[in-house]
This record gives sequence, C-alpha cells and structure tokens, in this order.
Amino acid sequence: MELLANLQLGFGVALAGTNILYCFIGVLLGTLIGVLPGIGPVATIAMLLPATFVLPPVSALIMLAGIYYGASYGGSTTAILVNLPGEVSSVVTCLDGHQMAKQGNAGKALAIAAIGSFFAGTVATLLVAAFAPPLAELALKFGPADYFSLMVLGLIAAVVLAHGSLIKAVAMIVLGLLVGLIGTDVNSGVARYNFGLPELIDGVGIGPIAMGIFGFGEIIRNLEHGQKRDVFVKKVTGLMPTWQDMRISALPIVRGTALGSALGILPGGGPILGSFSAYTLEKKLSKYPERFGKGVIEGVAAPESANNAAAQTSFIPLLTLGIPSNPVMALMIGAMIIHGIQPGPQIMTAKPDLFWGMIASMWVGNLLLVVLNLPMIGMWVKLLTLQYRFLYPAILLFCCIGVYSINNSWMDVQLAAIFGLIGYLFGKLDCEAAPLLLGFVLGPMMEENLRRALLLSRGDPAVFVTRPISATLLVLAVLLLVIVAAPSVRKKREETFVEED
Amino acid sequence: MKHLIKNPRDFWAGIMFLATGGLFAGIALTYKLGTAARMGPGFFPFALGVILALLGLAIAASALRDRNKGPGVEKFHWGPVFWVLMPIVVFGFLLKILGMIVMGLFVVIVSSIGSEEFRLRPVVLLAIGLVIFCSLTFVAGLKLPIPLCPGFEVFEKFAMCRV
Repeated sequence: MELLANLQLGFGVALAGTNILYCFIGVLLGTLIGVLPGIGPVATIAMLLPATFVLPPVSALIMLAGIYYGASYGGSTTAILVNLPGEVSSVVTCLDGHQMAKQGNAGKALAIAAIGSFFAGTVATLLVAAFAPPLAELALKFGPADYFSLMVLGLIAAVVLAHGSLIKAVAMIVLGLLVGLIGTDVNSGVARYNFGLPELIDGVGIGPIAMGIFGFGEIIRNLEHGQKRDVFVKKVTGLMPTWQDMRISALPIVRGTALGSALGILPGGGPILGSFSAYTLEKKLSKYPERFGKGVIEGVAAPESANNAAAQTSFIPLLTLGIPSNPVMALMIGAMIIHGIQPGPQIMTAKPDLFWGMIASMWVGNLLLVVLNLPMIGMWVKLLTLQYRFLYPAILLFCCIGVYSINNSWMDVQLAAIFGLIGYLFGKLDCEAAPLLLGFVLGPMMEENLRRALLLSRGDPAVFVTRPISATLLVLAVLLLVIVAAPSVRKKREETFVEED
Repeated sequence: MKHLIKNPRDFWAGIMFLATGGLFAGIALTYKLGTAARMGPGFFPFALGVILALLGLAIAASALRDRNKGPGVEKFHWGPVFWVLMPIVVFGFLLKILGMIVMGLFVVIVSSIGSEEFRLRPVVLLAIGLVIFCSLTFVAGLKLPIPLCPGFEVFEKFAMCRV
C-alpha cells in the first residue's frame, strides 16, 4: 500500500493552503486565456510562465499544470461555441459540439465535456501514480547510451504520430536540436552560434521560441485570414445533461478514457491521437453512425475524455524520464529548469513532495475545473463575444511583458519577434512547428549523453547496439520508421489526418 | 524553372533546411571538432548540420517529382507582419528607457493598425485600460521588475506599495 502512502503525501502537498490556491488561480487563468480564440495551451503557458517565478518550485509547477488543464478546457469551450479549435486536439470536439450548440444544446455539450474530462482525469491520475514509480526506477538503470537511444526513439515516435510530411517533421526536429545548441558548450566553455552577442551566451530561452512561433506567428496568420467567426451569443440554457444523456455518454466516456490514457503515454500525438481515435471508435460502435457530426452527445463525450486522459498521462514520460512528449511538456521542462529542478527519474526520490504533490494536484486541478466551469460558463461565453481586433493587441502586450520578464532581457523580446517571423514562414511552407520545440529542449541533453556514451566506450559507436536497453530502443525506433514508411500504412496515415483538416 | 517544381511548399522548405543546415555545419567547423571519444564543441552541431542539409536536399529533390504535386506557396502578407512585429521590436529596445506606460500604449495602439477595422477612439481606451491593468497585476501585484515610467519615480513608489 505504498501507493496510498504516496498519494497521501501528495494530497498533503496539493491541498496545503497556498498550493490549492495557486492551483485554483492556474485553472482560472488558464481557462480565461484558453477560451480566447486563436491562442492554444502552449502560448498560454509561455505567457503566464513569468507569473510563477515568485512562487516556490512546487507551487509554481502545480500552478502551471493547472494552467494547462484550464487552457485545454478553455480550448474545448471555444471549439463548441465558436467552432474555432484552439489546438488540434479539439478539432474533433468542433464536429458534434458545435452542432449541439447550434441546436441550442451548448450547455449540455459543455457540461458533458467537463464531466467526461473529470472522470478521465481521475482515472488517469491514478494511472500516473501507479505507473510512474516503477518506470522511474527502470529509468535509473539507464546509462548515457540508453538515454541517447531513448531520446531518438522519443523524437521518432513524436513525428510518426504527428500529422503532415514525415521527412519535414524530422528536419524540423534536427533544426530544433541545433537551435537548442546555441549558447555556451558546457564541456569546453566555447560560446556557440552567438554571433558575437553576449546576450546569446546563455542560449535561446524556450519562452521566446514558444511565444514567437505559437503566439506572434499565430496572430499574424489570424490577421491575414480576416475574421470569419460565428459566435453563439444567445443565452446558453439547459446546462445540466438529462439522465438519458448521462446514460448514453457513460460508456463512451469510459472507452475514451481508456484509449486516451494509453495513447497519452506515447510521445508525440498524445491528446490529438487520443481524441481522434476515440471519436472514430464511437462512430464505429454506434447504432446510428450517420448521426455523428450532426450533434450527438457521444461525439463530444468520448473525444473530450480521451483528450483529458491523454493530457494527464503525457506527464508520465516527463516525470519519469525527463523527456517531453509534446510541446506543452517541453515548456514544463523549461519551467522546471528555470526553477532549478533537473527533470528525470531522480525527481521521484530526490523530491518526493514535488513528484507526488504534482500528481495529486492533477486530480485537484480537474476537480476545480468542474467546479469552476459549470457555474462560470456564462462568463466564458461573454469573453467569446470580444472582437479579435481588441483581443490581439491585448495578447500582444501580455506576451511582450511575459517574454521580457522571463529574464528581464530586451534580447528575449527581439528573439521572440524573430521567431514570430520564422513561425509565419514555417506556416507558409507547411512545416509543423511542434517537433522543433521538442528537439530544442532535447538538443543539449542529447549532446551530453552522446558525448558521455562515447567517452565511456572510448569512441566506439557500437555501444549503442551492444547495450541491451539501448539496442532495444533503437530497434523500436527503426521499426516505427519502417512501419510508417510502408506504402499501405502511409496511405492510411494520410487518410486519417485528412479527415482531421 | 517554374514547371520543374511540382510542390513549391516542399521545395522551398527543403531549400530552407539545406541553407540552415549548411550554415550551422559551416560555423561548426570554426569550433574544435575533436574525436568521437573526446568530442569538441563542434562535433555534434557539425553532424546535425550535415544531417539537416541532407534532409533539406532530399525534401527539395522530392518536390521535383510528379507524384508529390502540391499547392503553391501562399502570398506573404507583409502588412500584418509589420504591424504585429514592429511594435514588439520597439518595445524590446525602448522599454528600459521609456517604461511600460508609454510602451504599453504604443504596442496596443500601433499593433491595432494591422486590423482591417481599425478605429482610433476605442483602441486608445483599450490601451489605457490595459496599461492600468498590467501596471496593477504585473508590477504592483506580481512585483515583476518592469520600469513603469523612468524619470517619474512617483509611479514606481506607487507600484511598490502593498496592494
């Protein structure tokens, strides 16, 4: 019953007066900003990162996790009411959710999304608590070579599950790795790629990159496309789902949770893949598949549960291996490092209060989400009626202040502007930016582990295939690539993601 | 030339990767490469730069094949680019000199010009409201060390007292 004792420790931390307050503030702020159309969780977290600097590390991470849940749920709200998905994973929610809203059932759709998310969050939190410790223990046995191979596998898996061109995604990862190397080389003290600028000696921060590409770049894209929105300003009535609705949604919620939890652990796709496959599964199992897309409640319940379960379980690789599985987790790693915590398997033993506190706060965060959102839906709806021409200057100002405050550096602001331009260019060339962020975080870690592995083996690269763990991981990575490159799978993959766009 | 490129988005993306990879690899050569056992600072970036350049070459080459037909690159809209990014750059350079009150008004008002439905009056009101909000939350509340209005210390004093 070690699990219970650990959870008790965790809840002790998470429920401590100030922490629960920060969790609440995080969920509130996250929802508030996540609801705003055209701003996803990555930009939201990057923007609010400086707000957590004054806090102790545990509270800061709890608050950031709260912001993440809040932003995800806020994104679903926007998807249902405005038919404008804030992130790819809420694209599916738009299909039936927005139809429900059009039929006057927006309240029901929002409520079932919250209830499904809460159930999924509860199950996934337990899964994280049960599976993280054994995985972390396994990870402690990893040598540098194994770590390097693990990162290779993680990055490959991330692009395989992402959508769009595979080879371009790989190139984006490599580009991210290279950008991650900017700054002083820890071993030799040589400043690399700083172009003579002293401000770049410490490297490029994750804040300017995330804010530039996902914040500024996105705003420019929204502006050039003009505004075509159809908001439901009409009163949202009939909030509570009927007993009948609950009965219909129960099984889809359970299935969505299972699917989402399993897929969330995988690097890359996580929430996106979870919500898509949950929706497809429900459509296949349904007695009336032809009504999907026309406002059935299962079409909201299943993907929303899957989405939230996956968001939760994607913390497993982060907490146990120190490897991010999606851009949000990459930002969390950045935040941990800013707070002086080295992510990795040692967190669990070295900082049990942080580890278990964060896990417990996941559940608390989900509870707060339900408590907060059901009564406040009316307010979120009001926010949605804000016009974009007033919204984006405000977002810009918040981003400017946020990115400046991370290091009190004027250079960071300029870098964010440059990455905004780069992000805009990426969009024009159909280059998905998420893999770049993963590569960016892993760049220095990969170099360090490669260096150590080869130092230990006296320069013999065979070490990567002779160590059993490393060899297994590399074989898996190659297998993944082969499977995806196989013509039949490739076709199927393209089909799956076409449906999404 | 134009009819040779079947997928312009892929082609130019490939060229972009090729150029960036080449640039990174080229600069890496100016650092010590070292050996595999004792890697210098140039080893890993050089390897990655070469890989990126090769990937870029492959992407650009595959864009020349008929099978990969794709849409052309959309037009760049320099208007929004300018009105969004210019105020940010100015904000970065002048924040320490002019402070957040002036720069906040500047960012909100100037960036609003990028919208098609720009009207001055509501934007100015919005800017004033946002600057007051930001001063209260970020400077007074969260105590972020952002200068409000250098030269007029009364603002800093006001912000530093407990709210």
